[in-house]
Amino acid sequence: MAEASVNTHLHRDDVGAKIGMWLFLFTELILFGGMFLVYAVYRFTYRDFFALASKELDVFIGLINTLVLLTSSLTMAMSITALRKDNKKLSLLFLGSTIFFAFLFLVNKYFEWSAKFQHGLFPGSNELLSLPKGEIIYFGLYYVMTGLHAIHVIIGLVILLFMFVYIMKGKVNKDYYIMLENSGLYWHLVDIIWIFLFPLFYLIH
Amino acid sequence: MSATTLSYGGNGSNGNHLDYLHSPKKYKGIFNWIFSTDHKKIGILYLISMLTFFAVGVTLGFLMRLELIAPGKTIMDPQTYNQIFTLHGVIMIFLFIIPGLPAVFGNFFLPIMIGAKDVAFPRLNLFSWWLFVTGGLVALISLFLPGGPADTGWTFYIPYSVRTSTNVIPALIGAFILGFSSILTGLNFITTIHRLRAPGMSWFKMPLFAWSLYATGWVQILATPIVGITLLLVAIERWFGVGIFDPALGGDPILYQHLFWIYSHPAVYIMILPAMGVISEIIPVFSRRTIFGYKFIAFSSMAIALFGSLVWAHHMFTVGMSGTAMWLFSLLTFLVAIPSAIKVFNWVATLYKGSIELEPPMLFALSFIFNFTIGGFTGLMQGALALNIHIHDTYFIVGHFHYVMFGGTGFGIFAALHHWFPKMFGKMYNKKVAKISWLFLFIGFQLLYFPMFVMGYLGMPRRYYDYLPDFHIYHFISTIGSWILITGLIIMFTNLILALKKGEKAAANPWGGVTLEWTIPSPPIHENFEKIPVVEKEPYDYSHYEQVIEEAKN
Ligand code: HEM
Ligand SMILES: [Cu+2]
Repeated sequence: MAEASVNTHLHRDDVGAKIGMWLFLFTELILFGGMFLVYAVYRFTYRDFFALASKELDVFIGLINTLVLLTSSLTMAMSITALRKDNKKLSLLFLGSTIFFAFLFLVNKYFEWSAKFQHGLFPGSNELLSLPKGEIIYFGLYYVMTGLHAIHVIIGLVILLFMFVYIMKGKVNKDYYIMLENSGLYWHLVDIIWIFLFPLFYLIH
Repeated sequence: MSATTLSYGGNGSNGNHLDYLHSPKKYKGIFNWIFSTDHKKIGILYLISMLTFFAVGVTLGFLMRLELIAPGKTIMDPQTYNQIFTLHGVIMIFLFIIPGLPAVFGNFFLPIMIGAKDVAFPRLNLFSWWLFVTGGLVALISLFLPGGPADTGWTFYIPYSVRTSTNVIPALIGAFILGFSSILTGLNFITTIHRLRAPGMSWFKMPLFAWSLYATGWVQILATPIVGITLLLVAIERWFGVGIFDPALGGDPILYQHLFWIYSHPAVYIMILPAMGVISEIIPVFSRRTIFGYKFIAFSSMAIALFGSLVWAHHMFTVGMSGTAMWLFSLLTFLVAIPSAIKVFNWVATLYKGSIELEPPMLFALSFIFNFTIGGFTGLMQGALALNIHIHDTYFIVGHFHYVMFGGTGFGIFAALHHWFPKMFGKMYNKKVAKISWLFLFIGFQLLYFPMFVMGYLGMPRRYYDYLPDFHIYHFISTIGSWILITGLIIMFTNLILALKKGEKAAANPWGGVTLEWTIPSPPIHENFEKIPVVEKEPYDYSHYEQVIEEAKN
């Protein structure tokens, strides 16, 4: 009994950690689900204006970013596999690429948004306010939804940076990689949400 | 519960283990608390912070009632009144009634009741508390900023919430952070229940409080993100003028109401389900009988969580929906009443022929049933279309939600407090004083809120700081009621605080309960159990009651 009273028992439950992460991803999906609902309602109301406004977006930049994110999901998965096979260096290399792609995505986004701003298309601008209501809403949604997504990319980026350090220090390793797996899940979520945003804003006319 | 688990349920002695309040400390003083990942300490942190916010909320309610004691201006101008009822609503909803039971008593007792050492994610748990306090403070900061607190009502209806010059943003951001905290708590509890039940504790051996937390957890994680994004949108609307809800820019304010109520109606089940769980714990203990219809109660929690998510638009009958939508939502609203009624019937059936002991927790539990029945019944009245149009936005509504939230969940919190106080702190309060405080609370409550049904039915609109002389008598009685109620609160809390200092040492099982928390010492040791118990019996099996009492004695 005396031993049992030592207060430093370590609790580790990888399955539990996975369940927790999945539940969290649910809430994230529902958060964006709310936005998709709003989008659907306004798309229905302002069909033609949405088609018109969406021509303003640069499909090319959007496509590049889609490819960037898809690739980053791939390197993320490969990083996890590499770590499980105890190849720390390769794992770091893949994780590093994921981080690089995440960064690239944000740079792209920055240029895309700046271009819009230069055209005077931002919430509250005279330029935008002179457009029909349907287009105002379209751009409002565009900024809010891609902005919210970009915030998620930034959060993901920070998480991945932490993982990089943890792997380097050996805190996350071949026998304990649940944190990396969960970060991977999060990153896939960020990717998937973009896969929905891309057609909704850039492709459908 | 096997005999081995009962064998150390002595009279509060901890053997060679220190209780959680005195276990070895990593940090000193207050840091020992605010950096602790022990679910019990976190529960108490929540308790203290929640009650502090509650005190502020009650003070605001008291001031409103004072203003309304007579027609005309009494102590404040209309603008101040608007700001006070908004802050009162925000505090009571987001800082008192939503976190009340899950965060305080769920944290403290869920792991113990299912035979675990802690929740699944102890550090996340601490983080939720930090978020809770941060959110609360952000919301309260608006009190001190130029412009003062929001005057929109806790529902933040658009477009007014975008136009007003008061500080709406802090309240919105505060509520957003609080929502996040609530999500993390729900997520933690669900995982805990899935992963950490003691050997032998099958789903249907789980105490009903745990079941109610499980159902609540799902509502928390599935509904809260929607209000999160909705409130965020209002903030973005205010910052940047995006136009999503603003009719001037093409947006639709009604859409806001839909999104808001898609969360906020299920949120009333976040408020009420855990309280029902508490009542399901207390009733068997004080009638010395197995709860009647265990599975019905467990399943009705899940049914309420499910159907409750489909009825949000009964808050919007007057905004102009299609006729079909109206009768559909009305019908669905009636349907959710069924699982709630099942619970009430099961409690009453348990009481029937039980040997009832009117100890303080039981008194609060019985008043829960009484108030909740009135609150639920008046809720049904509002679900009926014709009547709804008549009483929409009148004091009838105010009466209804106070009966459910305060009379129901509020009394549920007081019941839980009296039921588990000896276990949490190892001290017993003065039972006689507790009963007196209950009497004040009960009578004060009825006087305060019952007149609201009458004046509401007669046409007194809500959220008005002034009224016609016709309504004077009802408002007058109501204000007197608020004084009696607050007296009751003061007596109750003084009694409990005195008990902390001077109370008698509490036994491990002062009420003769048979769930796991009564088999460990009061207060519990650091990791709850010396040896994880093996569960063999049903949770409310009173057939071995004699044995339990015998064990508790020595
Ligand atoms: C001493 C206790 C209390 C008093 C005297 C009190 C009094 C009041 C009054 C006078 C109003 C304004 C009604 C109106 O003008 O429409 C109000 C609103 C409200 N109260 Fe209370 N109340 C008390 C406790 C509580 C509790 C415990 C809760 C929650 C659990 C609560 C939740 C609310 C809410 C949500 C509103 C609506 C605010 C709004 O209209 O935006 N109250 N209360
Ligand atoms: Cu409702």
